[in-house]
Amino acid sequence: MSSHHEHQVLNRKIFTLPFIFLAALVLIAFYILAERMIFGLGAVTNLNDGYPWGIWIVYDVVIGTGFATGGWVLAMVVYIANKGKYHPLVRPALLASLFGYSLGAFSAFIDMGRYWNVYNMVLPGQININSVMLEVGLCVTAYTMILVLEFAPAVLERFKIPRLSQLLDKWLFVIIGIGVLLPTMHQSSIGSLLISAGHKVDPLWQSLSLQPFFALITAIAMGFSIVIFEASMVTVGFKRPSETHLLKGLGRLIIYLLGVYLLVRFGDLVLRGELGRAFAGDLRGNMFLLETLLFVIPLVILLSPGRRSSGAQLLIAAVSLLLAGALYRANAFMIGWHPGGGYIYFPSAKEVLLSLGFVAIEIAGYLAIVKFLPVLPKADHA
Amino acid sequence: MKRRDFLKAAGTGALVASSATTVSARENLPVPEDAVGMLYDATLCIGCRACVVKCKEINGAPPETVEGEEHWDMAQELSADTLTIIQAFNADTGPDIPNLADGTFSFSKRQCMHCVDPGCVTVCPVSAMQKHPTTGIVSHDPDVCIGCRYCVLACPYNVPKYEYDETFGQIQKCQLCNQPGVERIDNGQITGCTEVCPTGANIFGPRKELLAEAKRRAELKEGDTYTYPLQSIDSTYRYETQVKADYQQHIFGEKEGGGTQVLVVAGTPITNLGLPELPERSYAANSETVQHTIYGGMLAPAGLLAGLLYLARRNTKGDDKDE
Ligand code: SF4
Ligand code: SF4
Ligand code: SF4
Repeated sequence: MSSHHEHQVLNRKIFTLPFIFLAALVLIAFYILAERMIFGLGAVTNLNDGYPWGIWIVYDVVIGTGFATGGWVLAMVVYIANKGKYHPLVRPALLASLFGYSLGAFSAFIDMGRYWNVYNMVLPGQININSVMLEVGLCVTAYTMILVLEFAPAVLERFKIPRLSQLLDKWLFVIIGIGVLLPTMHQSSIGSLLISAGHKVDPLWQSLSLQPFFALITAIAMGFSIVIFEASMVTVGFKRPSETHLLKGLGRLIIYLLGVYLLVRFGDLVLRGELGRAFAGDLRGNMFLLETLLFVIPLVILLSPGRRSSGAQLLIAAVSLLLAGALYRANAFMIGWHPGGGYIYFPSAKEVLLSLGFVAIEIAGYLAIVKFLPVLPKADHA
Repeated sequence: MKRRDFLKAAGTGALVASSATTVSARENLPVPEDAVGMLYDATLCIGCRACVVKCKEINGAPPETVEGEEHWDMAQELSADTLTIIQAFNADTGPDIPNLADGTFSFSKRQCMHCVDPGCVTVCPVSAMQKHPTTGIVSHDPDVCIGCRYCVLACPYNVPKYEYDETFGQIQKCQLCNQPGVERIDNGQITGCTEVCPTGANIFGPRKELLAEAKRRAELKEGDTYTYPLQSIDSTYRYETQVKADYQQHIFGEKEGGGTQVLVVAGTPITNLGLPELPERSYAANSETVQHTIYGGMLAPAGLLAGLLYLARRNTKGDDKDE
C-alpha cells in the first residue's frame, strides 16, 4: 500500500452552504436523541408490541451497513483478486464505510431498550452462541474497528507519522484479511436474523436457509454500486476528472452477481410454490414486483458494453441497484412483516428526522474530511 | 509462507470448511423430563377473567384503562402490563365481541406458551431468556437483557413485550409464576391463574399428564358426562358435568413449533383462537441449523481467513499488481 503519491487533500472551503444545512439536520437529530434517552423509546418512535424493529434498525443498521459495503468489496477486488488498478477508489470507499458502520452501530445502541446492559454481549458466561444477533453485533463492532485501522494511513500520512505508518504497513495484510472476512460473516447473518421469525415474514421473503445467501450477494452488489455512486458524485460535485474507465469494470462484475441472484431467488420461489403471491395485486406482491424491477434495470443497462462505458448510464444502474438492495431489506424486515393481531407500524416524524440526521452526519463528515485528509485520488492520477 | 505450504494450508482449510458444512441439522429440542405446564380448555372458560386479575396482582401490573377512569381492566391484548388475557373469538371473524346469536364463539386464554424449543431463548444474544433444564419454564432476566427485542421478533406467539413508555423499560412476559420473588412452582404451589379459575378451564400440572388428559377430552362428545379437576391435574377438587361441545381432535401445543408446555383444547378450530398455524419443526431449530452450518466450531471462517491472509499478504507485499 505504497500510496503516498496517489491521494490528495482537496483544497476547498469546509463551511459551504450545504454543509451548514446538514449541520442543522444533525442538531435536530441530537435533540430527538436526548428525548429518547430521557423519556424512552415510546416517546419518539412508533414502535409497538407487534413491530419491535422500526427504521432505526431496518434503515440505519440493516440497509445502512448494506450501503457501507464499498470498503469491503473494494478490499476484496484490490487485495484478494489483486486488481491494483482500482486502488485509487479504495480510500474514499473506506471513509464512507467507516461512517456507515459507526452510525449503524450507534443506531443499534440507541435502539436498545436496555443499552446499559450491552457489556453482557462480550461476557463469556453470558453470551449465547446460538444467537444470530450476537454474531451480527460482535462482528459489526469488530469490523468498525478494522475500518478505523484500514483508514488510519490517511491520518498518519497527513500528520507525517512514518513509524506508525510502517508498523501498520507491515500488518496491513492481516487487517485486510480480517476486514474481508468480517463483513462476509455479518452481511450474510443479517439475512439469517429473519429465519427464526418463521411465518411472521411473508413467504415472498422468508427464504429460510437461503436468507444468508441472498443477504450476502445483494450486499456485494450494493457495495459495487455505492462505489460507482460515490465516485460519480465526487466527479460531478467537485468537478473532477471522471473515473468511468475504472467503474465500468465494476459494472461487469455486477452482471454476474445479479444473474446468479435473480436465478436463485426465482428458483427458490418456484420450488416453494410461492411465486403466485407476487401477482396477487396486494401491497406485498406489488412491492416484490417493484423490488424485482429495480434489480432487473441495472442488469439490462450493464449487459450492453456501450451503455456500460457511459458514466450516466452506470450511475443510473448503480442507483437502481442500491434502491433494489434497500427495498429487498425493507420488504423482508418491515413491509413483508406480519405479526398478526392487527398491529401496524409507520415511522414517526421523529424517527425519520433522527435517521436523516445520521445521513447528514455521513455526508457532512465525508465532505469535511476529504478537504482535510488525503482521501480522494490525485486528479492527474485518475 | 512458500507457495507449496500455502497450498497445503489452503487445502486443509477447504477440507475443514467443507466438513463444517455437512454438520447435521439441529433437531427440535426434546421435552424436559419434568416439564410443567398448563392446560386451557376453551369449552369450560366462562370469560370471568379471574386469571387476568390474579396474574396482574402477582406481577404488580396495573389495570389498563381507555379513558383513564374505568373501574375495571380494559385490556384487549397482551402487553407489558397484561401477561395473560382472555379474548373472545367468533368462529370465523377472529377477535370480536361474542356474538351469541351465532352461538359460535369461544374464549381463548393467551400467555407465554413455554415452548419446548423456544425461539426467544435461541435468539437472545445475552442469554437473558432461559429455559429451565428440568421444569422447562422459560424465564427472563432483566438484569442482563439489552432490550434488543429480538425475542419479540422471534416469538411465534408475540409474547414478550417491551415497556416502550418507560425511560428504562424492560421486557415482560409470563414466567409461569416462578420468577425471583414469586417462585410459586419452586415452593410447591401452582400458578396464580390456575389457582383462581372457577371452572377448571385452566389447570396446572406436569406436561405429560396434561397431554394425556387433553387426549382423553378429545374423545368426548357433546352431552357426555365427565369429571373435570379444578386448579391442577392431581387436584382433589373435581366436579362432574356435561360436556358442552364436541372437542376438536387437535391439541394445540402437542406438536406446534416443536411443542409447547401450555396446551389448548377447544370445541372450535383452535387456529381461530388467536393462535398461529405452525410447522412441527421449530423455528429455533431452523435458525440454529443454518447458523451452526456456517459457524460450527468457526472452522469455515478460519479456513476462509487463512486463504484471505495468504492472498492479502502476497498482494500487498511486492508491487506485482497484475493490471
Ligand atoms: S411463547 Fe414466545 S416467549 Fe414464550 S417460550 Fe415460546 S417463544 Fe418464548
Ligand atoms: S430484548 Fe432482552 S431478552 Fe429479548 S432477545 Fe434482546 S436481550 Fe434477550
Ligand atoms: S402462570 Fe402466572 S404469570 Fe403466567 S399467566 Fe398465569 S398467573 Fe400470569
